[in-house]
Amino acid sequence: MSTTFPSTEKNESSPSHAASALPAWFTERQALGRERFDALPMPSAKDEAWRFASASKLDPEILQTVEKAPAPNRTEEAMQRSVLVNERSGKAVFVNDQCVDFEPVSEELQAKGVRYLTIEQALQSEAALLEKYLFQQKTELGSEKYFELHAAFLKAGSVLFVPRGVEIEAPFVNYHWLDGEGACAFPHTLVIAEDNAKVSLVDVFFSVDGESKGFAAGVSSIIAGAGAKVFRKVVQDWNESTVSFQLDNTSAGRDAEVKSVAVNIGAERARFENQVTIEGAGAHVKLYSLTVAEKRQEFDQRTLQTHNAPNAVSDLLYKNALLDRSRTIFSGLIRVAEGAQQTDAYQTNRNLLLDPTADANALPGLEILANDVKCSHGATTGNVDEDELFYMMSRGIDRRTAMQLLVFGFFEEIIEKVESDELAEGLRTLIHQKFEKKIRSKQLV
Amino acid sequence: MNALEIKNLNVSIDGTAILKDFSLTIPKGEVHALMGPNGTGKSTLAKVIAGHEDYTVDSGEVLIDGENILGKEPDEISHAGLFLAFQYPLEVPGVSIANFIRAALQARLPEGEDINAVEYYKNLYAKMDALQMDRKFTSRSLNEGFSGGEKKRCEILQMSMLEPKYSIMDETDSGLDIDALRVVSEGVNLMRGPERGFLVITHYQRLLNYIVPDKVHVMYDGKIVETGDKELALKLEEKGYEWLAPAGAGA
Repeated sequence: MSTTFPSTEKNESSPSHAASALPAWFTERQALGRERFDALPMPSAKDEAWRFASASKLDPEILQTVEKAPAPNRTEEAMQRSVLVNERSGKAVFVNDQCVDFEPVSEELQAKGVRYLTIEQALQSEAALLEKYLFQQKTELGSEKYFELHAAFLKAGSVLFVPRGVEIEAPFVNYHWLDGEGACAFPHTLVIAEDNAKVSLVDVFFSVDGESKGFAAGVSSIIAGAGAKVFRKVVQDWNESTVSFQLDNTSAGRDAEVKSVAVNIGAERARFENQVTIEGAGAHVKLYSLTVAEKRQEFDQRTLQTHNAPNAVSDLLYKNALLDRSRTIFSGLIRVAEGAQQTDAYQTNRNLLLDPTADANALPGLEILANDVKCSHGATTGNVDEDELFYMMSRGIDRRTAMQLLVFGFFEEIIEKVESDELAEGLRTLIHQKFEKKIRSKQLV
Repeated sequence: MNALEIKNLNVSIDGTAILKDFSLTIPKGEVHALMGPNGTGKSTLAKVIAGHEDYTVDSGEVLIDGENILGKEPDEISHAGLFLAFQYPLEVPGVSIANFIRAALQARLPEGEDINAVEYYKNLYAKMDALQMDRKFTSRSLNEGFSGGEKKRCEILQMSMLEPKYSIMDETDSGLDIDALRVVSEGVNLMRGPERGFLVITHYQRLLNYIVPDKVHVMYDGKIVETGDKELALKLEEKGYEWLAPAGAGA
């Protein structure tokens, strides 16, 4: 098997070595991040925000791990495998937070004012823009400590700025790879879509090999202006020796349409926080997630839909399929501020238990201060429907294949929401690879 | 024997007898109607024959052309040549009609052999056209959000693609308006022939104007109490079922 050593070669073309002095506000924020990280306590399962989660398994010495993290080695391989989406407007590939491939936005879009840059590039050429938007959104779902850790070590990620009225069809695609034992990454995605702009992007999280221990703490921020349309898709398939945090934040302006679809397949333990704030009347936000858990994987999902403005819709659907002794936690809150009348807010969590030892926890919640709203939340947890199974088998389909079709059908509801045949097909392949091994190796019922 | 034979079948659920020494033979080439009031065991009979595991078979036999199918898995029974058109077809999100029927056909092929996709779609579209189904349905999730009529058409489509030796139609007419009833009946009639037998379960005589049966059986309290020709159905329509109630049986 491949053994990796920190690379001693210098990659001359890498932007990380070309950087000149960082802006003072940025280095100060990094220092502050470090300070706050040290000051904040380790999460504990006693915290409401960590209920049911294996907080005790978090590494208290994570700083040492980060400081000893290896440089990337198999960058060629990572580049060659960064092919999930080929129809695109731009692409960035990072390995252990080092940018190894960057495909800029077309000159035509650039002329219209579109900016697609790595964080490092943006710190040089668009420092004012970055200063205005970076870390302006709060995180409050329990991983503040890791948000600060991210701030302290941030150097990789992408900034996407789409000016007023500019519409871009093909997505921007960011790949983040972990390579080698002890690899760390702090992926950042910042999207600013001005009024009536339209843009989509895909964030992909992969590991170069299947065994090396890894750590990632990613943050994303989407700021959607009035009437803006933003569509973000996330594919998380770290290897199953990786601990991952992904802290997402979205702010939707008046009549903005923001949609996110996240597919979570990988990591040993993945914590996923998604907060959406509706700041403008008439905004429409959709949040979809699909998780396929196996072995002893733990997926810990915390969501917050905040409605601060009236006449807006937020709709959340998180689906989890659990195999073996895997665990999922879904904890979601809908918060409707006083004055956010005529809010429609929905939250649905569906868990498909494919093994009696799997464990799905659901903590749905509502906090409503307005009096004229439509809100619902619901969670269901269950096995494959025996009646559906009988129906399929009565057509001559054997039990195993019928199970497979039903489970893939469960996934399909989310997969088709990526609205891209190419990406949907890629996701099916990733999921089926993980799942088919299972379904072949044992009877699932 | 070239028939679907049900012999002295006794079936119970949680200790309650539902089918009581039930016997019926449907030779190939014939259409038999099974009528009777609610709760008399008609749907149970259909499910037991198709291999549903919720029921306990206490004794009896079900033979397809001489081969016993009781105790087999539903997929094996399907391969033996049985089709059950469900009274309430299930909605299966995320599984398209095209993929579903394809998987059912694929399951009939020997290991390592694959369906010819071009032939398959040609055949599927032809059958959909005959049933006046929009071809766009192929990519829709199986029965999800379908109207009652669309669901039943989809059942007939599956039947015509799978070409079973024997079909049990469980209340195929329920929830259908007259146009849908006509289309569904035509679908069944097109498949009638010397190589196939049908058991049509229904409450109402209406369906039998479209699918004219060779024989009509009346089921009451778990067994057949009367057998006749299509005139019997008309008589039932007029007089109801009460006159057939066995002495002492609760209606």
